Amino acid sequence: MSRAIFTIAYFTFLEAARARLTRLVLLVLLVAFAGSVFLQAIAIADSQRIQTAFLAAMLRPAGIFVLSLFIISSLSREFNEKGLELILSLDIPRASYVLGKLLGFMGIGLLLAAAIALLLFAFAPAGQVAMWSISLLCELWIMTALSLFCIFTFSQIMPAMSMVLGFYLLARSISAILLIGHTPLNADGVAQQFMVHAIDTIALLLPRLDAFTQTAWLVNSSGHWDQLGPIALQTLIYLALLVAGALFDLSRKNL
Amino acid sequence: MAERSLNAVPRPVLAMLVLTLAVQIFWGLRAPQPQANAQALPAVPSYETVAVASFAEIIPASQLLALYLQAFDNQPGISIPFRDLDYKAVTHWLERMLELDPKAQYPLLMATHLYAQVPDANKQRQMLDFAYRQFFAAPNQRWSWLAHAAIVAKHQLHDLPLALKYAQAIAKYATGTEVPHWAQQMPIFILEDMGETESAKILLGGLLANNTLTDSHEIIFLTERLNALETHFVENSSPPLRKQHF
Repeated sequence: MSRAIFTIAYFTFLEAARARLTRLVLLVLLVAFAGSVFLQAIAIADSQRIQTAFLAAMLRPAGIFVLSLFIISSLSREFNEKGLELILSLDIPRASYVLGKLLGFMGIGLLLAAAIALLLFAFAPAGQVAMWSISLLCELWIMTALSLFCIFTFSQIMPAMSMVLGFYLLARSISAILLIGHTPLNADGVAQQFMVHAIDTIALLLPRLDAFTQTAWLVNSSGHWDQLGPIALQTLIYLALLVAGALFDLSRKNL
Repeated sequence: MAERSLNAVPRPVLAMLVLTLAVQIFWGLRAPQPQANAQALPAVPSYETVAVASFAEIIPASQLLALYLQAFDNQPGISIPFRDLDYKAVTHWLERMLELDPKAQYPLLMATHLYAQVPDANKQRQMLDFAYRQFFAAPNQRWSWLAHAAIVAKHQLHDLPLALKYAQAIAKYATGTEVPHWAQQMPIFILEDMGETESAKILLGGLLANNTLTDSHEIIFLTERLNALETHFVENSSPPLRKQHF
């Protein structure tokens, strides 16, 4: 089983190379860098901080977007070309297929985080960039598993990508939504109470991505290594949950 | 693609799903609640920044700024939310909201009903002054916030001249049909409280004489008020005048 997992992971990796993902990533890095140089040039003060913050704020969602779109489009194409049926006809368990794909995509996420980190090392302290990049890797891995889960569930690019982007925006802003929801000014009223409980419930099911990969670590050197502990644990829990969800959905598909 | 029944899902997968879901909920429950820091209210972004960031959706952006500011100082764990804030920064936030959405009432409500309630007279005055300055941009739409500002000035700040200034602005500029008469009459009662019964009497007499009032109960009430003022005026006048009157 493990051999099948690594074989699938390897071919997933190969596909990324053939799909010219590297060129796309380099282009994204170049565009972000060019934008940051422009801002640095026009800034009157704090130019280095502005450049670093811009790079971090741009590359974080850009990395998520590129990786999620690649995963979803790659698997959608595989479904349409009956690649999934072909692989499963080789007596490979469905779990091996899911884990193999996940491993392959996580490897691509690792390279993506490393590429972004390499660029940022030129602008911020090495320790802080390392922390930031590890946190970005955790975020990329969660989104990898989510993309996998969504494409298994929806089978189509549009709903899967919408779900992934919606989830990401919500997970990044859930703390702010909780703060607004719990404002004492809004405490009265059944509808308000209902909304507050609904927000609380949604918050329980989401990873708090706003605590991940903070730009402040890079520009203020305010990150501490112990902050990575909860992030890693949350990543582990959410990866397991999403893999279970993906396995559940794939197991129910009548192939 | 048809789906197989739940029985087709391997038991370990189901168990893993339930277990990881439970762990995630447990993790979420033990996560600390997010806290806002009242000291850290940043400078309001410029109009251009907000416009670009919101893809030119400036009205929802203004509403989001209002909710952000409101949430900023109304969090659990902050005992005196408003007093710790830099009111100069708060004023700039409120001004930006109105700049983005001039028809919005929310920033004026926040200024007069929330931020003007702090136990700090200077900060209260800053908020009342904000409402006063903004009133002139749309008197017929914003008069009610200035009326509340006049009440705060009178009853909380005990500054009758300030209350009179606000009330007179309403009477002079908020002249639309949607503005109720009581708002126009505010200066009369404030003048009366200030002991300026002669001025109040003139104002009230003028109001009754120009036939703008249509409600009979209101006319009766104000006429009685005018009579009372006249009586009060005579009682407090010099003895020769009182003799003349009687």
